[in-house]
Formats: sequence, C-alpha cells, structure tokens
Amino acid sequence: MKGPLDYLARWPLRLWLAMVGAFLYLPLLALVVFSFNDSRRITVWRGFSLRWYAELFDDGELVAAFGNSLVIAASSTLISLILGTLAALLLWRFRFAGKAPLEALLGLPIVVPEICLGVAFLVFFTAIVPWPTELPWPLNLGAIIIAHATFSFSFVALVVRARLASFDGALAEAARDLGAGEWLIFRDIMVPHMVPGLVAGALLAFTLSLDDFVITFFTSGPDTITFPIKVYSMVRFSVTPAVNAASTLLILLTAGLTALALWLQGADIAKQAA
Amino acid sequence: MLQRPSQAPGVFAAVGVPPVVWLFALFLAPLAVIWTYSFGENRTLVDIAITGSWGNYARALKPLYLAILLKSMGFAALTTVLCFILGLPVALAITFASRRAKLLLLVAIMLPFWTNLLIRTYALMAILRTEGLINSGLGALWGIVPGLPPFEPLPLINNNFAVVIGLVYVHLPFMVLPLYAALDRLDRSLIEASLDLGAGHLATLWRVVVPLALPGIVSGIIITFIPALGAYLTPDLLGGTNSQMIANVIERQFRSANDWPFGAALSFLLMYLTFAALMVQAIISRRSAEREAAR
Repeated sequence: MKGPLDYLARWPLRLWLAMVGAFLYLPLLALVVFSFNDSRRITVWRGFSLRWYAELFDDGELVAAFGNSLVIAASSTLISLILGTLAALLLWRFRFAGKAPLEALLGLPIVVPEICLGVAFLVFFTAIVPWPTELPWPLNLGAIIIAHATFSFSFVALVVRARLASFDGALAEAARDLGAGEWLIFRDIMVPHMVPGLVAGALLAFTLSLDDFVITFFTSGPDTITFPIKVYSMVRFSVTPAVNAASTLLILLTAGLTALALWLQGADIAKQAA
Repeated sequence: MLQRPSQAPGVFAAVGVPPVVWLFALFLAPLAVIWTYSFGENRTLVDIAITGSWGNYARALKPLYLAILLKSMGFAALTTVLCFILGLPVALAITFASRRAKLLLLVAIMLPFWTNLLIRTYALMAILRTEGLINSGLGALWGIVPGLPPFEPLPLINNNFAVVIGLVYVHLPFMVLPLYAALDRLDRSLIEASLDLGAGHLATLWRVVVPLALPGIVSGIIITFIPALGAYLTPDLLGGTNSQMIANVIERQFRSANDWPFGAALSFLLMYLTFAALMVQAIISRRSAEREAAR
C-alpha cells in the first residue's frame, strides 16, 4: 500500500534520485573504469590492463609520497586524538571562567576557510618559527603534522564530547567512594566508555589528514611531497590513466576506512542492544 | 554536576593545559601573525614592516579585487541555490524512506563526501574536458547523422560553468545532511493534516514543510555557502583565467606575487565574510528557538 508520505514510491522523486545519483557517481565510476584502460587516453576504452597500476609502483616518488601521507595521517591522528579527548574531558567535567569563549575557539578550526589556515601556517612556518628543512625523515614532515593535528583535533573533541554525554556519572562516583583514584577511574571506567567515540574520532582525523590538499599545499616545503600533492602535480601536467589508478587506490583506502568505522559503530550498537 | 577547577586542580590542569596551549600557540598565533601582516607593507621581498596602515584593505576593495570578491560570493550563492534545488527532494526521500533504504541513501550521499576532494574534481575534469566523456559521446552521436558539419566540442571546462558544476558536485552532501536532519525532526501529523485538508504536495511542501524546517534549511544554506566561498581547488582546476575566486587570488599573493600583507588582508576579508555568514545562522536559529519556546 502506498501511503501519502511514501515519497520514495513516487516516480518523479525516483527519477530525481536517479539523476542525482548519476551526477554524484558517474564521474567516479568513469574514473575507476578508465584506470584499467589499456591506452594512454582516459576516454576511449581499449581493453583491460593493469599496466597503470604497475607503473604507479615503479614511480618511486609516488610511493614515497604515499608513505609520507600515511606517516602524516598516523602522527596527526595520534596528536589530535590526545588533544581532542583532553579538550572534550575539560568541557564535559568543569565549569570555569572563560568556558564559552574557549568552546567558540575550539569550534573555530572547523569553520575557518582552509585557504586562510593554509596561508597562516605558510607564514608561521617560514617567517616566525622556520621549520628546518634538513631534518631526517619523518621529522621533516613535522610542520604538516602540526597543521593537520590543529585542524582535526576540534573534530575529535566534538565526537568524543558527544559520546561523553551518555556517560553515567554515578559509575565514577561509585568508583571514587570505593577508593579509586583519578587515573584508575579514567583508565578503567572513562576510557572503555569512550572507545566508540575515540575510534570514530581517530578515523575522522585520519581521513581528514589523508584528504587534505589545500593546507598541505601551503605548509609543505619543496622536498616534502604528500600523496594529494603528487596527484595534483600529475593532474596539472599530464592526464594519464596513472592518475586514475592512483585515485582509485586512494578511494579504496578511504572507502575501506569508512566501512570499518561504520562496522565498528554497528558492532557497538549491537553490543549495547544485547 | 559540573566541577569547579578548585575541586580537582590537578585534573583540571592535566586536561586543560595541552589543548589550550596548542590552540593558542599553533592556531591563534599563526592567524594573529597574518592579521598583523594585513596592516603591514613590503619593504623588501622578505622584510615586512607593520605600519598599521589600512592600505591593503583599501586595495582589496578596489574594483578589480572587489569584482573577484563579489564574483566568489555569486558563485557560492548560485552553488547554494542549486544544491538546495537538487538536495531538497533527496532529503525528503531519505526522511520518508524505510529504515533500510534510509541507511542506504545516507551512505550513498556520504560516500563521495569521504572521497578526496582532489580526486572528485579530477573525475569531473575527465568528464568535462574537450576530449572528455560528454564531448566524445556527443561527437559519436553527431557522427551517426550524415550530412552534418563537423562536430564542435562544447566548451564545458575552464569556464564559469565548470566551476559552478564542480562546486555543486563537491558541496551537495553539505546541503543534504542538515536538510535531512531538520526534516527528520518534523511532526509528520502536520504534513498528513495538510494533505488531508486538501493541500497538494507542492503546496504542503512550500507552506508547511519549509516554514517548519526553516532553521535546518538556513544551516544547510550556510554550511554549503561557507566552504563554497573559500573554494580553492575547484576554480583552480576547472576554471579558466576569468573564473578565479578569492582563494586563488590569495594563493597568488603568497606563492607567486610575494605580497604577503595584501594576501593577508584578502584572507581576513574572507574570514570576516565567513563569520558574518555564521552570525546570520546563529541569529536565525536563536529566533526560531525563541518562537518555539513562546509557543
């Protein structure tokens, strides 16, 4: 039976959804399909081939850029996880002078335009605190890691704080009455409760870092190339299926991470229901 | 019950100091530096004197740059309108879908959102290019009909059209998700009542759904407008020489023109525009919360 509000069952809306879906997905689909094309052209199909993927792995600079991106993402995730969790705990537990301005400040990295933050880091790391360029790997990535941690820890704080809202304060009270100290309460009661928020926050920070182009573009020196920066220069100078292949790999990686996050959260919900 | 810092000073310091110090030293300080630079002048290539002059802002508001600023706002506004038109039916469909379909549609909207911005822009380039999929497809169709003049590829890239298409492509999820969140909270009996009393679907949408969901619609509009206004990559890759947006001009000051004070002034203008948009949103959502409370 079709109710009055079953909009999904009406054909004009179905057609609309199909159109929007095609708009969103056809370009990505074409990108993935042509990464397997046995030709230099990215629009005429010549047959299936994995040669562009093989070429990627032969490109030392690209592999190094990918390694850089993973190191940056992992380090900035770790930093932003710690800072974000601390900030969430601070706002969740305490009432203090200047709390409202601090909350506003914490939300700022989320809304400040990327380009503004990018140029601010560019100036900061060249004119104010010059980041030495001759440091051994991975220390030469430090400026980018700091920049990424700065814009992602607000997101982590947001996610962890939402999770803390469901924490039962009586548990901590009971533990305290039974003689547990702050550290023990934090480690054995707070952290286990926060885990889903921590996982979601960490995956968010990781993806944000892996995806970032604009801020990295301004923060990185000429010798520190990350995956998006490398893809950008490939797009600028030569459009070959190698770019498609590199993009396909990154899509797979982020889709995998997102699926993992959804699955972990699903498992968490299932556990709560049981 | 919230604690006062004096009740657990050790904990307060342990959780408070690291994030606050980080925010001040590595977020506010860099922004403060370019804010100061925006009142400075280039003495030599690397030496910048802070003179306290408003010259950079005055220059940013000269017709050449003002036109780019207005054009960026126009692009962002057009993008927002198109996202709203495209996204509202999608949000409606998600709201009234079954549980399974709802989850599926939400993931489908979110997935491109999780895909790298650069990659999505590149995917569009491959479609829109002169020898791209649309033009080669049209060219093939053109070839079927005998006796036509040779096919002229449509100019789909390196122009304003491509920039707006690219911005809509990238920002559509920003619009759909808040719209869905707002529609999902609506009291469905009001919509049913409107339909029962003889209003059509479009009249119900316009006179019942939209007014009730207004705060969500406003936040969708603002959340779409802000990143579209500051977009760098889309105009850079899809635009032509005539479709540069404010972010591209800022980039040029810092990376090739080497006029940091002027670039700093431009990026603070962009920042103030962003804050103004956020304030509009705050005012509207507060007003509607007050109206709700008064009811």
